[in-house]
Amino acid sequence: MTASTLERVRHIASDIFGIKADKITAQSSPKTIENWDSMQHLNLVLAIEEKFGVQFEPEDIEQMQNIGAVAALVEKLQSATR
Amino acid sequence: MSDSTSNSTPDSTSPGRDPSSLRAQVDTLIAQGALDLAARRLAELWRRDPAPATASFVISRIDDLRDQTQDQLPLTKFRLAILRSFTVEPMVPLLRAEAFACGIDLEVHVGDFNTYVQDLVDSQSALYRFAPHAAVLAVRAGQVAPELVLGFADLASEAARPAAERVVRRVVQGYEQWIGAFRKHSQSALIVHSLERPSSPSLGILDHQSEQGQSGLIRQINRELRRIADGYPGVYILDYDALVARHGSEHWHDERKWLTARLPIAAGYLLPMAREWMRFIVPLSGRIAKVLVVDLDNTLWGGVIGEDGMAGIKVGPEYPGAAYQALQRALLDLSRKGILLAVCSKNNLDDAMEALENHPGMLVRAKDFAAMRINWGDKSQNLREIAQELNVGADALAFLDDNPFEREQVRSALPEVTVIDLPNNPLEYAAAVRNCAAFERLTLSSEDQQRTEMYAAQKQRAGAEQAFPSKEDFFRFLDQVAELEPVSDLTLARVAQLTQKTNQFNLTTRRYTEPQIAEVAKKPDWQVFSIRVRDRFGDHGLVGVAITRDQGEQCEVDTFLLSCRVIGRTVETALLAHLAESAAQRGRRRLKGWFLPTKKNAPARDFYEQHGFERQVTNSDGSLWTLDLNNSTLRCPDWIKLKVSVTSSTTKTTAGGRI
Repeated sequence: MTASTLERVRHIASDIFGIKADKITAQSSPKTIENWDSMQHLNLVLAIEEKFGVQFEPEDIEQMQNIGAVAALVEKLQSATR
Repeated sequence: MSDSTSNSTPDSTSPGRDPSSLRAQVDTLIAQGALDLAARRLAELWRRDPAPATASFVISRIDDLRDQTQDQLPLTKFRLAILRSFTVEPMVPLLRAEAFACGIDLEVHVGDFNTYVQDLVDSQSALYRFAPHAAVLAVRAGQVAPELVLGFADLASEAARPAAERVVRRVVQGYEQWIGAFRKHSQSALIVHSLERPSSPSLGILDHQSEQGQSGLIRQINRELRRIADGYPGVYILDYDALVARHGSEHWHDERKWLTARLPIAAGYLLPMAREWMRFIVPLSGRIAKVLVVDLDNTLWGGVIGEDGMAGIKVGPEYPGAAYQALQRALLDLSRKGILLAVCSKNNLDDAMEALENHPGMLVRAKDFAAMRINWGDKSQNLREIAQELNVGADALAFLDDNPFEREQVRSALPEVTVIDLPNNPLEYAAAVRNCAAFERLTLSSEDQQRTEMYAAQKQRAGAEQAFPSKEDFFRFLDQVAELEPVSDLTLARVAQLTQKTNQFNLTTRRYTEPQIAEVAKKPDWQVFSIRVRDRFGDHGLVGVAITRDQGEQCEVDTFLLSCRVIGRTVETALLAHLAESAAQRGRRRLKGWFLPTKKNAPARDFYEQHGFERQVTNSDGSLWTLDLNNSTLRCPDWIKLKVSVTSSTTKTTAGGRI
C-alpha cells in the first residue's frame, strides 16, 4: 500500500469521525475510535467510494477492520480496474 | 463518477485555496473569533470540494459557528422532515452543507424506516411535533407497490389486468389519504417523490408494447400523483423518475448498498439527490435571486468585443458560438420566469451596445435587460447600483462572470450576492445557470412572466415624472386604477408569494404559505385583500396584500405590504383608506397595526404616523399604532380610481375620494 492512499484515507476518516488526522493511524479501528458505529462505517465507505471512484463488494465492507485494511482494499480495487 | 469534478473552479489550485488549506484556515479563523470570514471560507471549501467527507467537516464547523455566535448566524433557518422508505442518512450532511452554501441553516428530521404512513396520518406523530417548514415523502415503488416491481410477471397477463388495476388504485388511494392527512394536520409544504420505472422490466421490450406493462402502470400512478398534488396548495412533485434518468439509471443505482444498507443510490449520486431537494428548499425558504447580472465578454459571447470586434466575437448557431446561444436561451427562459436580467461589463459602452443591438447571432438584446452598467468601474459598486435601480436588496442579485477574479471580488465585497461558478468549458455554461437553485420557482404568476415589460414601463414613468411641476400633477396624469378584492383561488399563490418575497414596504414581514392564507381567509373575523394597480403606462398586476383581523371594537392590521414598484404613488394610502372604511362598515371603532422593523423595511417606518395614527406601544419588537375611525380624515386620494369587489363576481366602483 502506498503512503499516499493511506494518507488520503486518514484524511477522509478524520472528516467523517471528527478527529484530527494525526490521531488516526493504519491501526485505528472501531475499537479505538469511539463513534465508528455502523452508520459512520457506511458514511466512511461512501466517502471513500466517491473520492477514489471505486465500489466495494459487501464482502469487502466486512473486511474493513481498520484504516490500514481500508486503504489496502482501495488499492486492490484500483489495480483491478486498471 | 461525481458530477462535482466538472464544477471545479479555474483557480482551485492557487495557493491557500486548496481544500486542505481551507480546512486549516477555517479552524484558525474560528479560534481567532473571525467568524464571518470563517463562514465564507467554509462555504468556499464546500464549493471547491462538495464530497461526503467534506460535508462532515462542514457541518461540524457550522455547529461550532452557531455555538460561538449564540445562534446569530446570518442564515435563514429552515426545518425539513424526510419521510422515507430507504436510507437517507448519508445524504443529510451533504444537504446541510449545500444549504449552508446557499445561506440556509437547515435542520433535518428523518422519520423512522417505513413509518411514513403513521407519521402522516397521526396528528401527534414526531413529524408534526417537529413542525417542519417542509416535508419530503421519499418512497420508492418497490415499497409502496411491491407487486409492480418484484415478480411482476404474475400481473402481466390479460387475465390479471383487473388485479393490476386494483394495485394501481390501492397505491393512488394510499397517496390520496396520506397527502390529505398531511394537509389537514400541517400547513407546510409537501414534496412527493414520483415513482421510478424499472430499468430492466420483467418482460423486457415487451413491457413497452402496452400501457399495462410495469412502466405503463407506474406512469399511470405518477399521473395520478400529479393530479392529487394539483388538488392541494403547497404540494409539489419531485420527479424522481426523471432525476434518475437524467443521471443514468445504471450509474445511479447501487444494488450492493441497497441489499446491505437499504441505500439504493450510489456514492457519487448522493449529492445530486441532495441538490434536487435543494431546488425545492431554496424557493420555499425565500433565498431566491430575483435578478441575474451577466458579464459580456467571454460570458454572453465568446471573445472580447473591444479587441475582436463584431466579426470576431463568437455567438451563433455553430460551434463555438452555439455554447453562448445556449446560455442566452437559458437567460431568456429565466426572464420568462420573472427573473430580471441585467448587464455588468467592463467595456466601452459603444462597442458593447453595438454587439447587443446588432450582432446577428445574439438571442438576447438590449431591451431584455432591465438595467445596464457598462463601464470600467468596480463590479461590486456597479452591482450595488443595479440593485438600487431595480429596487431590490443586493441579496436578490445573482452574478454570472467567466472571470474568477471578478467573482472573488464580488464575493468578498458583497457576500450576500449569489455568485455562480461558471465551469471552464463554455458548453457547460447553460447547464450551470439552469441548475442554479436560486432561480427555481414553485409557482409562476402572470406578474412574473411580464416583469421585464413592467420594468420598461417603469422607466417611462420615471421619465414622465420629471416633466411635471408637482407630484400631484404627475399622479393625475398617471390615471391610476386600483382594484381591491378578497383573496380567491386564482390569486392565492400570488398573495402567498408576495408575503414571502416582499421585504421593503412590508409593515410586519409575516411570511405565509398558500395553505395558511387559505386557512385565515375562511375565518369570518379575518379579511385578506389583494390589490392590483394599473396606469396609463401599463398594468402592474397584483402588487399588494392586506390582512386584517377583527377583535371586539378593534380591527388589527396583521399584514400590509406593497411591491416596491408602486410605492410612493399613493396607492398605499388608497389601500389603508379602504381598510379603515371597511372596518368602520363592520362596526369597528379603531384600526390598529404594528410596525415591526427589519433590516430592510425602513421605507414603511413612518407609514402609520404619516396617516394620522397614534403610537400606543413601543417595545423591542416594534411599535403599535392606532387610528380612531370616528375622527379619521384618512381618504383615498382623488386621483386614484378605486374599484372594490366584495366577491369575485360583483364589482362596485367608487369614485376616488368618496369611499
